Amino acid sequence: MNGPFYNYGWIGEEASLIFAVVTGIAFGFFLERAGLGSAKKLSAQFYLRDLAVFKMMFTAIITAMLGVYFLNWFGFLQADMIYLTPTYIWPQLIGGLVFGVGFIIGGYCPGTSCVASSTGSLDGVMNVIGLLAGILLFGEVYPWIEPFYTAGPLGQITIAQYLGLPVGWVVFGIVFIALAGFKVSEHLEKKYANA
Amino acid sequence: MTVLFTNGARMNHYQLKQNKMNKQPQPYWDPYICGIGLGLVLLAAFVVMGRGIGASGAMTSLVATGVKTISRSHAEANAFYMGYLGDGTIHPLKDWLVFEVLGVIIGGFLSGFLANRTRIKVEKGNLISNQNRFIFAFFGGIIMAFGTKLARGCTSGQALTGGAMMNVGSWIFMIALFAGAYAMAGFVKKLWI
Repeated sequence: MNGPFYNYGWIGEEASLIFAVVTGIAFGFFLERAGLGSAKKLSAQFYLRDLAVFKMMFTAIITAMLGVYFLNWFGFLQADMIYLTPTYIWPQLIGGLVFGVGFIIGGYCPGTSCVASSTGSLDGVMNVIGLLAGILLFGEVYPWIEPFYTAGPLGQITIAQYLGLPVGWVVFGIVFIALAGFKVSEHLEKKYANA
Repeated sequence: MTVLFTNGARMNHYQLKQNKMNKQPQPYWDPYICGIGLGLVLLAAFVVMGRGIGASGAMTSLVATGVKTISRSHAEANAFYMGYLGDGTIHPLKDWLVFEVLGVIIGGFLSGFLANRTRIKVEKGNLISNQNRFIFAFFGGIIMAFGTKLARGCTSGQALTGGAMMNVGSWIFMIALFAGAYAMAGFVKKLWI
């Protein structure tokens, strides 16, 4: 038996939705546990006072990445069957910059705004309302920005495929960057604790 | 009931009761431990569903459903909404991400409740009023919505999921996200002091 289970038809639609709720509960639980339901803690990342956002994000990324790599290696998981969002260089570059600006102004990202709302943060609720309004605005202007939305298409592509490198090398490189980043984070937190 | 704020001196009956029972908020867990937990959740989604986690996609399904409810023809004339509405055979809210985000709300509440962190509050710096914080939270949300929709995902669906899959576009998005936030941070420092 190997994964992804859903793609092989081993779990049905109803079961997949139950699994979705369970996945979400665990996701929300860990976000709140680490303090990522707090706008003050999230924003502190960008003043270098508290780098919990970076630490948690990159620990999660390397954990899941190593998991996929080794499960695929042992033949338990068909990694190439996992959905990859297609790459469009320009909207993803500009979208990232815009997202970062909105993040530091609003204090949350979409997932953490839900967690903040669930624990009683009224500013989190306002952020969710803003997100919904923004998505509606985006939808309404979409016909005019569609050419930009599809600019710079590279298709579904991984870094290893793009650079023509073995997957293992890229995995090693990202783990190395993350570990170096953790070391720098610990240093910066001490330096900017009271900034 | 008085609405209370983390920095305010006034307390409502809920907070008074909490103080009486000496139930102080618990400290947060270590981010590396939580990161491993979140990474295993993400890995489970890959193995079981062949897809990662998300957040903004569920909000988009909600918006697209709302637009369709108000004007079916308006929604159907727009490729963006139609991408979330599907062919009509399945209700657009009977969607994996929508159910997952319902779970996020439950899980966030559970964690907060168990650690005595659930209370009505406004998270902000000391220099701005609650009203201004609400305005910034609202407009920050609008700006972020444009970013996430342009990029085809947010911190969950792109940065975490695509980051772990070594997806080219996700890494472009993630690096740009941090660059944008750090570049802007200096201008809005007063929001967070």
